[in-house]
Amino acid sequence: MEKNLICICCPRGCHLTVDENMSVSGNFCPRGAKYAIDELTHPTRIVTSTVKVNDGSYSVCSVKTASPVPKEKIFEVMEEINKVELKAPVSIGDIVIKNVLNLSVDIIATENIELVK
Amino acid sequence: MRKVDLLIIGGGSAGLAAAVEAYDRGIRSIIIIERGAELGGILNQCIHNGFGLGEFKEELTGPEFAYRFAKQVQDRNIECHLLSTVTSVTPNKVVTYVNEEEGSVEVEAKAIIMAAGCYERNAGAIGVPGDRPAGVLTAGQAQLMINKFGYLCGKRIFILGSGDIGLIMARRFTLEGAKVLGVAEIMPYSNGLNRNIVQCLNDYDIPLYLSHTVSQVIGKKHVEKVEISQVDEKFRPIPGTEKVFDCDALVLSIGLIPNNTLLSDIGIKVSGTKGAEVDQYLQTSLPGVFSCGNVLHVHDLVDNVVKEARIAGESAARYIQGDLHVEEYDISCAAKDGVGYILPQHISGSDYEKVDFKLRVRKPTQNVYIEFIYNGETIKRVFKGVIIPSEMEVISLPLSLFKEKKGALEVKLTPKEVNQ
Repeated sequence: MEKNLICICCPRGCHLTVDENMSVSGNFCPRGAKYAIDELTHPTRIVTSTVKVNDGSYSVCSVKTASPVPKEKIFEVMEEINKVELKAPVSIGDIVIKNVLNLSVDIIATENIELVK
Repeated sequence: MRKVDLLIIGGGSAGLAAAVEAYDRGIRSIIIIERGAELGGILNQCIHNGFGLGEFKEELTGPEFAYRFAKQVQDRNIECHLLSTVTSVTPNKVVTYVNEEEGSVEVEAKAIIMAAGCYERNAGAIGVPGDRPAGVLTAGQAQLMINKFGYLCGKRIFILGSGDIGLIMARRFTLEGAKVLGVAEIMPYSNGLNRNIVQCLNDYDIPLYLSHTVSQVIGKKHVEKVEISQVDEKFRPIPGTEKVFDCDALVLSIGLIPNNTLLSDIGIKVSGTKGAEVDQYLQTSLPGVFSCGNVLHVHDLVDNVVKEARIAGESAARYIQGDLHVEEYDISCAAKDGVGYILPQHISGSDYEKVDFKLRVRKPTQNVYIEFIYNGETIKRVFKGVIIPSEMEVISLPLSLFKEKKGALEVKLTPKEVNQ
């Protein structure tokens, strides 16, 4: 059974076809082939959100999962992210949650927040 | 009056990349005027990932991408004025900006790079029928509220328009606990990137209603209901197809418009993109004034913005150094059958060996050639299996293809014939 997918690795959005032997076509780059196989076996996503910051130049700080997490875990990851409160200052790359839900993935800050007294 | 070599209007991705390029080509007297409180422009509120694959070969979020460029500017000690708004540009290239500390300041620049980005079409622009309650806002506004200030604009949200920001926000609202009831798109196809349909709507089972629009907003003080209807081929709502959603917010993602009035106000020629007309140097009809980024035409990828901005930065540096030659060529470029617009609108000099042509098609099309016809002769054909309006095409052609150096270039879509 052939499956048709749209690659989400980059904005190019390649139209991928996977045949019954799990052979991928339509991909512009190798990432597309990996995406197609992953998507049919264990789909994953990067999750981006914000966490609360106290005493900062902004009241929230943007964060992301340092690598993709299983798609079915997205809402559980969001619950963990929503429990966190940081104190300014925050720097890009700071670990906000270490090894979230034992998925071997950290939640890291993606912007700098300055301390404001 | 203060005098500088280069003044850049806008400190977003375009302005920053242009500033770095001009600096690295020897220009030291540069100032950037930025309206926001930080450098990076709209990227700072685009916290999703997917930026920078072309530029950095890795997937970054908007704030991370912005930071890398802001740092390049700071490392070069380029002067930036934040929370400062440009109020006018004169034909003599005197720029007035205002801010809280300096008041109103006039600066005379040898060259100006316009990099002021774009703004969102709003409810007034499309005449949404019905009441005028609170809770109707643009996707960018909703994005700013949640991603920079932590406020969610509603609990049950309907989205009109399937542009990328609308799709991204559908996912964002869902992750933050709101229910997104659906996305209505007046066209028979989405205006967003394919990957965003997949990972923002399909992943979360959010319905996309193609060929539908909002036919009624209902609510006394706040949005209470939104009614959508299917539209006919002339985009008129078809009676009897109404669907009503109980919701407390209507979010609009219905298009972006170049923020080009500072230039159009002084008679600089405007193109079909609503940005300035430019040559391959990205120079406008006023010599010494250049334009790049979303104020020139709306981009879908920041990588393309950066590439374009570097051309503007190099061209402005050359202009200031007396090394920009515009005389040798004089070719007009026009978009024909199936092509919505083409940039640049003309070709002037020969300082660059290649011309980056950028175009968008009018509607999704399959199995076509993008055909470049110069003085009646086809000089280049590029085959496309699928081509869609939401993805800008960039085709780079050597200047040597334009042998006569004068005349007209037309770019059109030609169907690929069967059995060919």
